[in-house]
Amino acid sequence: MPALILAFVATLILGVVSVFVGVSDVSIASLLAGGGGSRAMDVLLISRIPRTLALVLAGASMAIAGLVMQMIVRNRFVEPSTTGTSESAALGFLVVTLLAPGWPLMAKMGVAAVFALGGTALFLRILRVVPLRDVLMVPLVGIMLGGIIGALTAFIAYRTNLMASLLAWNMGDFSGVIRGRYELLWIGLVCCILAYIAADRFTVAGMGKDFTTNLGLNYQRVMMLGLVIVSLVSAVVLVSVGSIPFLGLVVPNLVSLLIGDNMRRTVPWVAIGGAGMVLACDIVGRLVRFPYEIPIAVVMGVVGSAIFLYLLLRTPRGAK
Amino acid sequence: MSEQALPEIRSPFRLSRPALVLIGLSVLAIISIVLFMTLGAKGSWSFVLSFRGKKLLGLLLVAYSVAVSTILFQTVTNNRILTPSIMGFDALYVLIKTGVVFFLGVGALVAIDSQIQFLVEVLVMTAFSGILFRWLFLGEERSLHLLVLVGIIFGVLFRSLSQFMQRMLDPGAFNVLQDTLFASFSTTDPTLLGISCIIVAAVSAVGLRMMHTYDVLSLGRAQAINLGVDYKRTVVIILSMVAVLVSVSTALVGPVTFFGLLVATLAHSLVGNSKHRYVLPAAILLGIVALVGGQTLLERVFAFDTALSIIIEFLGGIVFIALVLRRSAR
Repeated sequence: MPALILAFVATLILGVVSVFVGVSDVSIASLLAGGGGSRAMDVLLISRIPRTLALVLAGASMAIAGLVMQMIVRNRFVEPSTTGTSESAALGFLVVTLLAPGWPLMAKMGVAAVFALGGTALFLRILRVVPLRDVLMVPLVGIMLGGIIGALTAFIAYRTNLMASLLAWNMGDFSGVIRGRYELLWIGLVCCILAYIAADRFTVAGMGKDFTTNLGLNYQRVMMLGLVIVSLVSAVVLVSVGSIPFLGLVVPNLVSLLIGDNMRRTVPWVAIGGAGMVLACDIVGRLVRFPYEIPIAVVMGVVGSAIFLYLLLRTPRGAK
Repeated sequence: MSEQALPEIRSPFRLSRPALVLIGLSVLAIISIVLFMTLGAKGSWSFVLSFRGKKLLGLLLVAYSVAVSTILFQTVTNNRILTPSIMGFDALYVLIKTGVVFFLGVGALVAIDSQIQFLVEVLVMTAFSGILFRWLFLGEERSLHLLVLVGIIFGVLFRSLSQFMQRMLDPGAFNVLQDTLFASFSTTDPTLLGISCIIVAAVSAVGLRMMHTYDVLSLGRAQAINLGVDYKRTVVIILSMVAVLVSVSTALVGPVTFFGLLVATLAHSLVGNSKHRYVLPAAILLGIVALVGGQTLLERVFAFDTALSIIIEFLGGIVFIALVLRRSAR
């Protein structure tokens, strides 16, 4: 528990740093000098605090989505971007943008979530039809499925001149976050709380259908809850800031290296770890080429793929 | 592959299955070439033939390079799923191209002599792949799935870097870049044809001299060494040949991830055995039929321009999943 508090404080400090990083001059001194209606206060309330909140919410909920996915698929290397979920959400968002451009963002997000759910269900269906013996096969098939869906999306976007928008959705970036444009992410928080409440159920469901039924749980319902959480989080994050690769994979794996696999215990760790990692990557992206910004997806792409490679090559794996 | 082929019945009047396949494919390839050159031609024949001849040469080079490099790569790595482009090659190509625009400006893409640009790209890609392949395939034994995943993650790394640089470009430069990046079989660069022909011919000369070792190599590392092949040296030579060929094809038409996989898989299942004498020409012919025939069909009949590469990617992705699933189901 003390370690958890320590991690929480560290993330809090990162959050405070994140609030005070930026081009416009916002410091404690300028805030005190200006008072209520000053420019510094406006920047703080309209841009900086929403951005930091968005970072924390997106980071925590993506990491939790990855954890839930790993629990219900029983595989360490899955997360929304290695199961076709994020790509399906992008396809859904593209389709709804083309067919019903006037719909409110919330409705578009809903369509994206439904597509994400469909894509993930397709992935699980493939896994059920063909039992895969090798752990690495599961993410491999998922990445390929995502590639196929992505090719379809790219084709539509290329034909309709929406490539630039697609690129923006596929690349997580928090620079556009201001008050009024991130609030959907609070849905992610709801999902995190749901995941925490249902943590034990996911652990049980991860042990298999027979075992779950034997303990008196409705296996289908638990799986469905998990899928809905994962799809909702993917869609919400995609629609508000764009997808963030490998976050859901890296954080739960690092946490599991540190403190093991009891999900009830790991949920807070994963949430704090996800928030901390996103905050850190975002701060790096904002400082490396100050005053310009590097999108967080790029920083995460480099950091995440490096850690992923480390996880893959870490221990010599046993015979297939 | 799971069911055993029936024992072959030989009679003096029947050709063997591989020979039949090769003859059939040759006929198809010639038909596609003739159609490509003549269909819908209006106006001066000398212009049409020289204009389309250049395009045809580009497609033939690409089909040849992709087919040969994929088959040889699969022989050396002893599997039927991995291909050079799945190992992150396309992403590296994009990274190099983006790097040129990013560091030298969009003018460089237009101003620098395209042949020099091309040579540099071939060199960089060969050097990179040499390092990666040596590390992955000559070191300790690794599982195939691990290799594929590592290759894909490398691809993500390169893509992240290119995306980062693309983000820093202004929209005009980005558009120019995007045009040169989208794989296009209808816009091969004619200035690169001469130099590509020379490179491919040189590589093929080396490759032909080693023809007899390919079948031995496909038995696997231990058997090959046992049968007297200088394993390490041979593998290094073949892998550098693969690297050069892949560079040529990616430079000519851009990244096409699954084309090689599609062609190689079809060739293996059509020919029915794995003798390189048959599989290599079959793959090359299939590549020609797919590229030239497909391009004719889409360009002249359906009036689509960019669709062929996307269709190939789509089909190839599905074949890949099917292959992976079948392999693990066994």
